[in-house]
Amino acid sequence: MPVVSAISGLLAGTGAAVIGLCRGTGALVLFAVAAVSHIFRPRWYPGEFGRQLLRIGYDSLPVVGLTALFTGGALALQIYAGGSRFNAEAVVPSIVAIGMVRELGPVLCGLMVAGRVGASIAAEIGSMRVTEQIDALTTLSTNPMKFLVAPRVLAATLTLPVLTAVSDVIGIMGGYLVGTGRLGIGPENYIRNTVDFLTAGDVTSSLAKGAVFGFIIAVVGCYQGYNSARGAQGVAQATRGAVVTASILILAANYLLTEVFFSA
Amino acid sequence: MTTTPKIALTGVAKAFGPNRVLRGVNLTVNQGQSVVIIGGSGTGKSVTLKCIIGLVEPDAGTIAIDGQTVTRANRAEFLDQFGMLFQGGALFDSIRVWENVAFRFLRGADRLTRVEARARAVEKLARVGLGEAVADLFPAELSGGMQKRVGLARAIATDPKIIFFDEPTTGLDPIMADVINDLVREIVTEMGATAMTITHDMRSVRRIADRVAMLHEGIVQWEGPVAEIDSTANPYMHQFVNGLPTGPIAAIR
Repeated sequence: MPVVSAISGLLAGTGAAVIGLCRGTGALVLFAVAAVSHIFRPRWYPGEFGRQLLRIGYDSLPVVGLTALFTGGALALQIYAGGSRFNAEAVVPSIVAIGMVRELGPVLCGLMVAGRVGASIAAEIGSMRVTEQIDALTTLSTNPMKFLVAPRVLAATLTLPVLTAVSDVIGIMGGYLVGTGRLGIGPENYIRNTVDFLTAGDVTSSLAKGAVFGFIIAVVGCYQGYNSARGAQGVAQATRGAVVTASILILAANYLLTEVFFSA
Repeated sequence: MTTTPKIALTGVAKAFGPNRVLRGVNLTVNQGQSVVIIGGSGTGKSVTLKCIIGLVEPDAGTIAIDGQTVTRANRAEFLDQFGMLFQGGALFDSIRVWENVAFRFLRGADRLTRVEARARAVEKLARVGLGEAVADLFPAELSGGMQKRVGLARAIATDPKIIFFDEPTTGLDPIMADVINDLVREIVTEMGATAMTITHDMRSVRRIADRVAMLHEGIVQWEGPVAEIDSTANPYMHQFVNGLPTGPIAAIR
């Protein structure tokens, strides 16, 4: 009997977890659909949208730029170390460019912004939920989905491609600085190799990934904050949930998008 | 001739999982009346207000404003005539005090210029006893009593026809609590607004209310004029008003 009881307990636990996951996924998808529908229907709040453009986009430039700079530099060193085993040191500029633009630029940008902006969105909206500020918006004839969620989702979806482009360029620049300064590659050679190997498709895929990641970050951050439980612990859980969920979804979406753009 | 009540709740019920918070609330509030809902913690006072505003969707029953049933489709037009003071103030901490008060004036189709909106906000702040110097501060820079007053100024900013007060004196010292009570009473009287207040504070009840409704176990157990709260034979009211540990209301819930 104890064995039967243990098995049934295990199955019940697994079932509850699966049901919880399905319920959470469904709620997140419905929230995302509602957020998108509010982007296209009035009333709009351009002032709020402008503020979010600055907060999500402009304010994230230092962290995204520094991450890309050091990653590009490290990538150049690694490719050089690996390539030198096969006398293929010359591939450093092209591999750095392709690696940054296709994968590392958008993914690292997405992950850094998820940590910085996604957490901030969840904490801010979660605090507003806990202190009844979201309820207050409703009593002031202001739909919180239109005022809080739609501007953030739109701003993140539009600014992440720009941040990704910045990340790509600075990442390549990091590789260039290391390649020309430490590895003895000629500056002209480096730039020519970079430009020759990059295609328009690489850049397009990078920007598209950025847009998808921005959408994910804002929707998850807003969803977690909007549904935050009461108290400081509720806000902490929402913040953690926003970063973890967005990071996992970014990595999963990156794989899917890479399949779409680059599978033979 | 019977007049149409300003607010009418009929059989309003709401459950959260197995917890049946409201089990059929019936309550009418006439135009210009100040009704105070009293009851112990967790008896559904806040849920009742939230059902009227639309923050919580009732499972059953109807809510009518001016005789017209409130639905999801027409709720926005009703909200335009509402003002609400929240228990903790619920001020937007990322914007200045005057921007909180003038929130409605700064957005929407009928928005004012910032100069006009600020002037209107300063006027409302003066009505609740706050000077112009407060207008440019952020909510976090204010004391609890001042935040309540700013919340009150925001609630009355557009001269609403219906005002809700959620625990207006909670967390305030007795002097400040009386200041807020008097402000609430004065404002409701001078604006001719219909008011609903929820509170545990019997001093507030006596100062604010025209009528009192006692909520317990999800229904209105007693409703009547404030003058009768001490003389009623209703056991729930008798126990609550006198703060007795024994009676139909369990001390430990």
